[in-house]
Amino acid sequence: MNASLSSGSFFADHRAEILGATVDHLALVLISMTIAIVIAVPLAMFIMHRPALRAIALGLANIFQTIPSLALFGFLIPIPFIGGIGKRTAIVALVLYALLPILRNTYVGLSGIDPAILEAAEAMGMTRAQILFRVRLPLALAVILAGIRTATIITIGVATIAAAIGAGGLGTFIFRGVALVSDSLILAGAIPAALLALLADFLLGLIERRLKVL
Amino acid sequence: MNAKIEGFSGNLIEFRDVSHHINDIPERVVISHTSLTIAQGETLVLLGRSGSGKTTLLRLINAMLLPSEGEVLVQNRATRNWDPIRLRRGIGYVIQEAGLFPHFTVAENVALVPTLERWERARIATRVAELLRLVGLDPREFANRRPRELSGGQRQRVGVARALAADPPILLMDEPFGALDPVTRAELQREFRALAQRLGKTIVFVTHDIREALLLASRIVLLEDGRIVAAAPPQEFLHLEHPEVRAFTASMEAPPGAPA
Repeated sequence: MNASLSSGSFFADHRAEILGATVDHLALVLISMTIAIVIAVPLAMFIMHRPALRAIALGLANIFQTIPSLALFGFLIPIPFIGGIGKRTAIVALVLYALLPILRNTYVGLSGIDPAILEAAEAMGMTRAQILFRVRLPLALAVILAGIRTATIITIGVATIAAAIGAGGLGTFIFRGVALVSDSLILAGAIPAALLALLADFLLGLIERRLKVL
Repeated sequence: MNAKIEGFSGNLIEFRDVSHHINDIPERVVISHTSLTIAQGETLVLLGRSGSGKTTLLRLINAMLLPSEGEVLVQNRATRNWDPIRLRRGIGYVIQEAGLFPHFTVAENVALVPTLERWERARIATRVAELLRLVGLDPREFANRRPRELSGGQRQRVGVARALAADPPILLMDEPFGALDPVTRAELQREFRALAQRLGKTIVFVTHDIREALLLASRIVLLEDGRIVAAAPPQEFLHLEHPEVRAFTASMEAPPGAPA
């Protein structure tokens, strides 16, 4: 009772600070996701008809995804230009983390089209580019978005850990809270982070269902 | 728009000693030393069992496949020397289950080739309405539907309309009515026969159903193991002595117990 009361007043007292960290967190996620999408979607198109490259690209993305996130931050810090302490390193790590679900889903979506539809498209005299942009891509949109949704949830989570290398965001409260043994501080980071993930999942799920009906 | 292929008379399609091997591997023969000429306005039916090579023969015409040996000529030019995109835009194509684009409306599906050929909007709209009426679908009712809102027979009608959209002189059809129920199938066959006679297109039609072949063909070509074993107009075809012809005509006889 007492704890919850003090948490409540903590939230009230630090509203601006929590809001600022949430915005920072969201910015980190949005920037990383944009970069990851811009890399992964065209890459999936490129590797679709190239099996050797596809194995390499998916394999690499799989390795990035498998390395524990804190370890990945650790590996990046000593690398010149992209490394060091701060937001830039965090964004690089978050992008690497988000690649696999987007790359894999885009590839699966683009290559999983009903063969009869592709046969008709080819026989009607559509070029490979027309088939890609007018047939494969629109039909794969729901699957691609499912990958983006997964990647977004992962990124919101891993971005919390990015606070450990000075990237800011909601993780800052959690780490500080752990260090100071303060439940209110921990919750000030944990609750908005959890809500952010749930909200993103819900909204992207809505769009995904809308696309599936199409 | 398809001027390159229009207004041609004589032998529209010619196979000259054509062989086709899967991935050009000599041991994997699908079509073996086949020669065949198809004249303007013919409805040629390729008949054969599954795996006899009839679909391969069809796909050699629009350069979806290229011959491993010999040449396939369309309008006196080898398919190898055609720009495949140009060639295909002048050849209509209908397949089983229609292969309609699920994210397009009926009208957008029918308008596919005219849209690719950059016709004017008004001309496309007129053409789409005309074609839907031609295949027995009221444009006001069907133009804005999606393929999943249609029955199998209606989808197949849209498939035929789409293939005819840019008025190609050649129509390739790969078991177009194969997935339909028998009643709808008979209905579409009858209508299609009338349509084919009216339009004067050169049609190459693949089927394994001898009744369908007899109903639609001006000439039946029977394939067995990648070779042509018989070629004749329907009435003569029935009297040929080749064992594979006999096997097909026997398949037509009524099952025991059925009323004569």
